[in-house]
Amino acid sequence: MFDSYRENTLRYNPERCFGCLRCTEVCPHGVFAEGDRRVEVVGPEECMECGACAKNCPVQAIEVQSGVGCAWAMIGAALRGRDMDSGTCGCEGDEGSCCGSGR
Amino acid sequence: MASPPQPCCPSCTSTGEPDQEIRATESTITVANRLDHLLARSGVNRMGHRVEPGLYGLGDPTPDSPVFVSANYTLSFDALRSALSGHDGYILVLDTHGINVWCAAGKGTFGTGEIVRRIACTGLDSVVRHRRLIVPQLGAPGVSAHEVLRRSGFTVDYGPVRAKDLPEYLALGRATPDMRRIRFPVADRLTLAPMELVHAALPTIAGAIVLYLLAGLPVALGAVAAVLAGTVLFPVLLPFIPTRDFSTKGLILGTVVALPFSAAFFGSHAVPGWAALAPLLLMPPVTAYLALNFTGSTPFTSRTGVKREIFRYVPFMAAMAISGIALAILLGAARLLGAV
Repeated sequence: MFDSYRENTLRYNPERCFGCLRCTEVCPHGVFAEGDRRVEVVGPEECMECGACAKNCPVQAIEVQSGVGCAWAMIGAALRGRDMDSGTCGCEGDEGSCCGSGR
Repeated sequence: MASPPQPCCPSCTSTGEPDQEIRATESTITVANRLDHLLARSGVNRMGHRVEPGLYGLGDPTPDSPVFVSANYTLSFDALRSALSGHDGYILVLDTHGINVWCAAGKGTFGTGEIVRRIACTGLDSVVRHRRLIVPQLGAPGVSAHEVLRRSGFTVDYGPVRAKDLPEYLALGRATPDMRRIRFPVADRLTLAPMELVHAALPTIAGAIVLYLLAGLPVALGAVAAVLAGTVLFPVLLPFIPTRDFSTKGLILGTVVALPFSAAFFGSHAVPGWAALAPLLLMPPVTAYLALNFTGSTPFTSRTGVKREIFRYVPFMAAMAISGIALAILLGAARLLGAV
């Protein structure tokens, strides 16, 4: 009750992990911790879906639908008839970069 | 607000030439820098607080000096260079269109492609002997370390979350677990309040004037109080208000702020007792809506959670506000007809 943040899109496949620990380095919320040979997910509900772990995992052991947790941007997108999940952030004048951005 | 048109997929400079100039910079933050920070924090010329992208020499760097990567936003660049007081090094400023590291990483403009491009543009590989970049940890959502290595030959070392931990990071040669964790202390939350206020200022002032003319001073003050609660009190009290959802936190705070207004109406002989319900119906949804909109300013709300909050609470807020407006109209009509 009154906790909308308990579930998220973070999925971890320990079978693939070879323990490089990059995810423990990039996660600012301590979601991952060093385990026995493989990384362990210790705080899944702390995940804010920034996507840093998945992007820096060289073996794609982590999946997350990353996006910006910003109501202002999402409501703004919905009001303008755009996709709420488009991930565009409303904090700038222009519509962001026209480049492929390499994400 | 409109920025000059950017060439699609930026080349090294606006003229398309390679940019091998190493600009000199220092750690000192001047009065002019502080003024620029103040304006940036207040939302003045929001997209205009930019540093020229490229390579900067801090102090007296040698080919073995470390390379720090930053965004071309003055607050990001200045936080980095001031934290490195007494250190020599290079700063590789990416073109993030004047956006900070964290937000630009979320968009991908602070990202693998721009790092690789900027290394090539500046000829970094002939400036330094080593092949190591220190990238802020909060840039990681846009950067794929193994991709940068594959495409440029440079190894990415993620530095601490906060630039001010860099001296300790450099001394230790690694980040401590504490340096890796993001915090959102009261000072950081308060720094954001002016921006929240600026966003809400115009509609609030206009609304307060209209309410003052229609319904008098207490009602106008109630509107201002609800907005101040959502934009200033809420960020300050964020961790102390019960529940995890921002909307419920906002509803609780808004109700607390509405109580004195409700009590004042209840005690007044000018209006009937049931008028005391109006502040309780109208103020909490305003505060809660502003509170919900603060999610994007915090470093811990997930998109899944925020979306769930929107669908869960915005209809409830709207229903509350509509009931309050209906009650106010009823009250107004009753007064006009001389019934109360």
